[in-house]
Amino acid sequence: MKKYVIRRLLLLIPILLGITFLSFALMRIAGSDAVLQQSEVSGVALSPEVIAARRAELGLDQPFLAQYFRWLGGFLTGDLGTSYISGSDVFSVFVSKLPATLLLTVLSMGLTVVISLPLGILAAVRQNRFTDYLIRVCSFIGSSLPNFFVALVLMYLLAIYIPVFPVISEGLSLRSAALPALTLAIAMSAKYMRQIRAAVLEELGKDYVTGARARGVPFSVILRKYVLRSCLSAILTLMALSLGSLLGGTAIVESIFMWDGVGKLAVDAINMRDYPVIQAYVVWMAVIYVAVNLITDLCYRALDPRVRLGGEKA
Amino acid sequence: MNSHTEKIGARRQRIRADHTRIRLILFLSLVIALLLAAVFAEWICPYDPNGQDLSIALQPPSPDHPFGTDRYGRDMLSRVIVGGQTSIFSALILVGIIAVGGTLLGLLCGYFGGALDAVIMRVSDICLAFPGLVFAMAVAAVLQGGIQNAVIALAAVSWPKYARLARSQTLTVKNLTYIQAAKLSGTSSLGILFRHILPNIAGPVLVTAMLDIGTMMMEIAALSFLGLGAQPPTAEWGSMMSSGRSMLQTYPWVVLTPGLGIFASVVLFNLLGDTVRDYLDPRNGQRKRRRTK
Repeated sequence: MKKYVIRRLLLLIPILLGITFLSFALMRIAGSDAVLQQSEVSGVALSPEVIAARRAELGLDQPFLAQYFRWLGGFLTGDLGTSYISGSDVFSVFVSKLPATLLLTVLSMGLTVVISLPLGILAAVRQNRFTDYLIRVCSFIGSSLPNFFVALVLMYLLAIYIPVFPVISEGLSLRSAALPALTLAIAMSAKYMRQIRAAVLEELGKDYVTGARARGVPFSVILRKYVLRSCLSAILTLMALSLGSLLGGTAIVESIFMWDGVGKLAVDAINMRDYPVIQAYVVWMAVIYVAVNLITDLCYRALDPRVRLGGEKA
Repeated sequence: MNSHTEKIGARRQRIRADHTRIRLILFLSLVIALLLAAVFAEWICPYDPNGQDLSIALQPPSPDHPFGTDRYGRDMLSRVIVGGQTSIFSALILVGIIAVGGTLLGLLCGYFGGALDAVIMRVSDICLAFPGLVFAMAVAAVLQGGIQNAVIALAAVSWPKYARLARSQTLTVKNLTYIQAAKLSGTSSLGILFRHILPNIAGPVLVTAMLDIGTMMMEIAALSFLGLGAQPPTAEWGSMMSSGRSMLQTYPWVVLTPGLGIFASVVLFNLLGDTVRDYLDPRNGQRKRRRTK
């Protein structure tokens, strides 16, 4: 067990190397860099000498591989560098944005489970009846709406028409987090409801359910004690997938609501060619990817004896 | 199960198959109508989508202008219709590229295995690990704006889904006896791949692709919304919503009507996708109906 965890954590090394190199290369192909981008945005035409001097200062005049290895050396000693744009320490900037993204992740995930779990089960239990159709139609509509459209409609209804929530975030508060979290939860719940319904239906069709019912076990007990438990792994897989992308920051929703999280940081960094910040984001994503996968696998093992007995899945 | 219930089951199955066929024809014709509307958008729209008339700027929806007008007095309905052209066709081209490209890669990986397989699967792991849109943004930022570049960026990050699907399907098919028979009778690898394996894995790929059209339409609109897709004055749903964003409070129709366009077409494509899946899925009719209390 311990060996398994360690082996999975070691996997982080090749992924980190590959992905940071890839992102470094990608940004370099762009042809533009932080210095040019900055002068373009500020509207000041810098003389070639100044540009060259700035480049030398940031190390942008060096060959591509030298730059990458310099970054890698810094990374290994715990130094993520300084932002080309703001000049502040990348690590501390990044850490300062994390709470916002974490709060949004937890809230929207919680909302999603609260909405989709009961509705998904209800739809399965009432298969092919009115309730089921209603829930399926809602889930269909929810999954056909683009995120930013939902965000704008919610903004119009709940922040402008009936001003309950602030239009753009007023710092880290539940009130400001409500609309972005709801936006994310609507799209995710739509997807979850379908999957949960399908998973529960599949379980309900199995022989052991028929057997238990024939023996007079109350339906609610079957549902709670057996069916739900078997469906948990399906739900976990879903949650793991969305958890990864939520922790990566949801670029669009964060920028519409001016929510100061990791996603918005990444978008700004990409637009400004702020390599050190982009690299920090990429490292963060790789860590999340490995961590989420590992935790999901461990949860499978804890929840589902079949996985434990069957040995490790490839 | 006695013969009586079997008969009922068979009849129910037939009825459901009929339903699926009717739905398929209905949604297919609606989608074709949508495509025709997109092709002939310039002839259908009631006003010139780029014709400015500041005297009627920002008018709320009225019988003359059912979707209102934007800040330059352009008719929103006409712009939404013409915008559909960009949004719908770029989504179709995108799905075409990733479905064909991803499937080919997956076929090769699954059939030949080895180093090629390992490399491509690791790359696809990395692509799947990242939030697609952020990754696509990075690529789009590198390529600079423009709808073609948005399509290329999204293609670069979305192909792994198809590669994985095709690979796993190929792996299950390639060890079946009829493939061995084909090999024994001297069919070339290419022949086996395209004559024997591809037709067998085409169904799931087609269903995934149909269901992907709506998603991709939303992603293209999202990139445009962030300013990395279609550039003004090209009418495109995402960029129209983005440029009207500041007017949400005062002139909501400028922002929300293009959203309705996206919503309606995504719904249509999703309905068609669902129906195609039901139609192609042989299990569909036979699924055991659970008896409720």
